[in-house]
Amino acid sequence: MEALSLPAALSLVAGGGAGLSPELRAALGASLPLLQRDYRFERVWFWGCIQGVRGAYYIAQGLGPDRAAPRSRLYSLNCLDWSLLTPATEEMLALAEEVKGRFQGDPSFEYSLAEINPEAAARLVQSGKEPVMKEEARLIATIEQIDRAVGIVPRGAFVKTPLGSVHENRHFEGLSLVEAKKLSSYFHFTEPTNLKNKTLLEKADLDPSTDFLNSLEHDIPQGKGSWSIQLEKGGSVVVLRSLLWLGLTFYHVPMTKQFGYIYFGTGEKNLDLPFML
Amino acid sequence: MDPSPESDPSHEPHSAYPEDAYEGGHGPYQPHEPGYGLDQPGYSPYEDEIPDAQARMLAIKNAKAYLLKTSTKSGLNLYDHFATILTKILDEQPANTVDIIETISQDVKWAQFRKKMDTLRDEHLIPPTFEAAEKCKALFIKEAGEEEHEELDEEMGEPALPNVMETAFYFEQAGIGLSKDECYYIFLAFKNLISVQPIQTCRFWGKILGLEMNYIIAEVQLREGEEEEEEREGEEEETVAEEKEMGEGEEEEEQKEKEPEPPKSTYKPPPEIPKEANGTGTNKYVYFVCNEPGKPWVKLPPVTPAQIVCARQIKKFFTGRLDAPIVSFPPFPGNEANYLRAQIARISAGTHVSPTGFYQFPEDEEEEEGGDTYEENPEFEPPPVAEMVESLAMWAHHVKGILKQGRCVWINPAQKSEEDEEEGEEEEEEEEEEHQEETGQPLLTLISEDEGMKNIPAWTAQASTNLIPEYSIAILQSNRWPGAYAFASGRKFENIYFGWGHKYSPESHTPALPPPAEAEFPSEPGITEAADPTVEEELAFKAAQEEALAEAEEEEEEEGEDD
Repeated sequence: MEALSLPAALSLVAGGGAGLSPELRAALGASLPLLQRDYRFERVWFWGCIQGVRGAYYIAQGLGPDRAAPRSRLYSLNCLDWSLLTPATEEMLALAEEVKGRFQGDPSFEYSLAEINPEAAARLVQSGKEPVMKEEARLIATIEQIDRAVGIVPRGAFVKTPLGSVHENRHFEGLSLVEAKKLSSYFHFTEPTNLKNKTLLEKADLDPSTDFLNSLEHDIPQGKGSWSIQLEKGGSVVVLRSLLWLGLTFYHVPMTKQFGYIYFGTGEKNLDLPFML
Repeated sequence: MDPSPESDPSHEPHSAYPEDAYEGGHGPYQPHEPGYGLDQPGYSPYEDEIPDAQARMLAIKNAKAYLLKTSTKSGLNLYDHFATILTKILDEQPANTVDIIETISQDVKWAQFRKKMDTLRDEHLIPPTFEAAEKCKALFIKEAGEEEHEELDEEMGEPALPNVMETAFYFEQAGIGLSKDECYYIFLAFKNLISVQPIQTCRFWGKILGLEMNYIIAEVQLREGEEEEEEREGEEEETVAEEKEMGEGEEEEEQKEKEPEPPKSTYKPPPEIPKEANGTGTNKYVYFVCNEPGKPWVKLPPVTPAQIVCARQIKKFFTGRLDAPIVSFPPFPGNEANYLRAQIARISAGTHVSPTGFYQFPEDEEEEEGGDTYEENPEFEPPPVAEMVESLAMWAHHVKGILKQGRCVWINPAQKSEEDEEEGEEEEEEEEEEHQEETGQPLLTLISEDEGMKNIPAWTAQASTNLIPEYSIAILQSNRWPGAYAFASGRKFENIYFGWGHKYSPESHTPALPPPAEAEFPSEPGITEAADPTVEEELAFKAAQEEALAEAEEEEEEEGEDD
């Protein structure tokens, strides 16, 4: 969520019980603008917090002029001193799938892959690296996975210019109450995968400047989906909570430009989802 | 915006305002500069194209007529459209207009359509926002009979209403909790609950999230006397139902005796383990839930051991409706209200902690291991926050753990079955040997004895702030039940839960496998298969029978002769 609107936004997502203490809020209010200055970001988003066993990681993202470009991610243990994370690679993502369990809270902790997945460990040894995975790499991979899987925005909030770059839609006035209750009004903010699979009839209704992303309707499991949509305060806020990555909360105030998502959780995928529905 | 008839379109200044022409440095032209005199009529560079004023006028009129042409499709014309767009732009003056000009144009077109097509006025929709606001406002209204209640409360002693805002403040120091508005609504909702129900003590237990709606849960102890009445009512209903069933059963049995009965199954379900009495063990507290503050509170039924045992084996999201069925394997005996109550019982038993020494066993009674009562220790001295954070031995459970059986106090299920004694005493003895007494940890065990999972400890302790240690408080997070928190600051402490209501397991949840298929019939000789005798066997059997008959006849003849 936008760093500038953080206090208001945090009170809107507080329905899940997770939030930030006043100390951390104050620290963020001071350090995020400095981040923007130092790294020359156009926008700074506070992504959320991953709870480790012994400590928590606070994550921020910085965006450049093209909002759909790969984002720079930074992490901090105290919301004051931020360290840049390297971009995620496919190899990291594959390894992170193997590592299960809670984060430890110490970025230099190493997961010994030999115990978890001997094949991957063997491959690493062959390529000359140690068969370990650092917690920092796991953190990078987890954030990337969460963003790809459940980072969502309302429809119409972003437009794609003819040059291919993506900007905020200055004319976005917010979803109406009726639209806000539908899963099809929200998009994943990542590379679209199934736009081409839509029938011609559906494509005719689409507006290529705003409908260039995957909508949430097709999320597995079909039917109930992996989202819980709730209208809080009688419809003045619509809150979507992901059931696949428990802890991700998206909020939107209908008929206004306010929206955003934040993650407060343990950083583990909920693989039991099919049994739980 | 009408171009005045006098001005020549080819002589337009570089911007709409004539003053800007001078700022651009383009005039008035000096005699030595090229372009001198070109602004005079008759000397412009385009003179050969539009020779005289008359033709120029005609050209302008033609252009304007073209712009005013109405579109056959939409009924708009370009002239009015441009006029509206430019008016809108000049009114709103957005930044970087040229980049969003297309969107502005689209919006103007849409606005046109909306006005023209709706001859009927839209029904004034009342969004649900206002209804919810009404409900919240109702919370604030003080009832007329409040004064009488206040007098009663003074007689009773301590106020039953928990200070939700104070608890919320402490938890907020750790970043846990709901928004202040929601907390206040919950506070008022508690006040309503207390005025309606006969409550002795009351506590905000926490909030459980659901798919469609959430649950706000209050942990309550009802005043004695009220509970007994409810129990009696429940029992009466049950006995009436049983009598009805008995009557029907007798009729059915008469009918059955006439027909040959199929072989009866010898399956005996394991004896039902009785639930714990209200006020003890898992049913020590009564829980009320509501979906949102302002909605009516619903009382959850007491929990039975079978429900707890089953709840341990399934993992389901709550939908938010108490009457929703739970479709699972093993089939859960109850609906969502029972599942919710079972999870609340498990969470309370697993994560309700207090600083060690705050509670003690009463000194009058003997200290039994199965003791369920505890009282506050008046001589408790709160240890400093740093110690509470460093060592987990400073915290203790004050709720009894639940045994495998599903109860806090073990009961031998064989003892209760008086009816079964007539049927088979031998079977009972075998069962007694199998049911070994289960003992759990006694009350007030330290949480340092809680086992962790793999390499994750069961609890994580932190101080709320490292920058201001004088005012920091100790915060405990449970790793076994993510979402369960506890804080301690001096003599104050509190537990709370915010989460989805499930236990953490490092491995994925594996549902129980179905049991092996039951044998169909008990093996009676009349039913067991046997190979048909072959022809030789039959002949041999027949021959043997005839020999036996012949022998018997000889014997009879002999006997007859003897007589």
